[in-house]
Amino acid sequence: MTFGIDIQNLTVRYPGVTAVDDLTLKLEGGKIYGLLGRNGSGKTTLLSQIAAFRRVTEGGILVDGRVPFENEELTQEICLVRESGDTVVEGESVKGILRRGRRFRPRWDDDFAQRLIDLFQVPVNRGVTKLSRGQRSALGITAGLASRAPLTMLDESYLGLDAPSRYAFYDVLLEDYMEHPRTIILSTHLIEEVSRLFEQVVIIDRGRLVAHDDTETLRMRGAAVVGPAAAVDDFTTGMTVLGEQRLGGTKSVTVYGEIPADARAVAADWGLELSPVALQDLFVHLTKGDPA
Amino acid sequence: MFDDRSPIYHQIAESIKNDILSGELGADEQVMSTNQYAAYYRINPATAAKGFQQLVDEGVLYKRRGIGMFVSADAHDALLAQRRERFFADIVEPMVAEARVIGIPLDDIVAHIQTLKGRESA
Repeated sequence: MTFGIDIQNLTVRYPGVTAVDDLTLKLEGGKIYGLLGRNGSGKTTLLSQIAAFRRVTEGGILVDGRVPFENEELTQEICLVRESGDTVVEGESVKGILRRGRRFRPRWDDDFAQRLIDLFQVPVNRGVTKLSRGQRSALGITAGLASRAPLTMLDESYLGLDAPSRYAFYDVLLEDYMEHPRTIILSTHLIEEVSRLFEQVVIIDRGRLVAHDDTETLRMRGAAVVGPAAAVDDFTTGMTVLGEQRLGGTKSVTVYGEIPADARAVAADWGLELSPVALQDLFVHLTKGDPA
Repeated sequence: MFDDRSPIYHQIAESIKNDILSGELGADEQVMSTNQYAAYYRINPATAAKGFQQLVDEGVLYKRRGIGMFVSADAHDALLAQRRERFFADIVEPMVAEARVIGIPLDDIVAHIQTLKGRESA
């Protein structure tokens, strides 16, 4: 079972700051999404709203066509693991956290939870406060994945995990997603490492939607145009320029948008090189400017 | 395995074509499922499926309902013909153009190829 999400003109204001700014976004059920944004871009606020941690005051959110706020039947099927807290409650033991999952998550899989605990070597008898940061992250991931919630959201939940554990997490996530398809949203900074797991990517900046597309389509939409400065300038006139760099007489300009075949032929004619941009670079270009 | 230079599904399709050309995948042999492929290369299964679909559309693979995907009987020969057709345009012409730019006479290239040929037949 999977849940789609429909967000209409959502605005979230905190005193002195607009965390989410008139955001409209529709996500189909059953895909793995990457939610990318800088620190303070509104990722956590957005996910918390979808998970119905707070009431929506401006705009609207529907999950599976229903309003999640104060809808217990729906919210037990929505799981958000935040970087700190929530799923992993201070003062509880690892066993207690797992017991809560078993009680409150209708699709909880105990064997799978145990397998993840073993995989990440989380000490079951320890209190949560005694866990290392990586162990807490692993516990959050365990509770999130074992919930098998039709909408599962993991907010930066890899923090503190070392590289081998992160790759183990990616492997187990993919495997379990294929066996039990559901809607998964991962928010992350480690774009290069995980971008291939995402079917679609959502980029937000200062609470606004910057891009939402298939990962590969988005990636192919950015291009670096490299060559003699004057020719590069002529070629990129009228294009959306995200950034530029100059080294002597050579210039590299990063543009955003489709480059049609005839324009590609012109570029070749002028001795310009067109190359795709890594998603990470595209993200940096699309979200630079003053931090929020 | 994959780089940023082209869409990943395109690279998946190319790598399977290479396996067919090299004989690693024979006619009517079953290829990995998209899920196995996705898990092995740690990529989204929809991306893998897109690469496989491209090969089905091109006639390189065929589907057997509920069983999986297989290499078409004529895939090897068809791919070979395609690659041979592209060889001069994709490999030889750019090489000659580069040789001109850096001042290598064509005769030197021919001579070099003759040496390689001699080595091969020896």
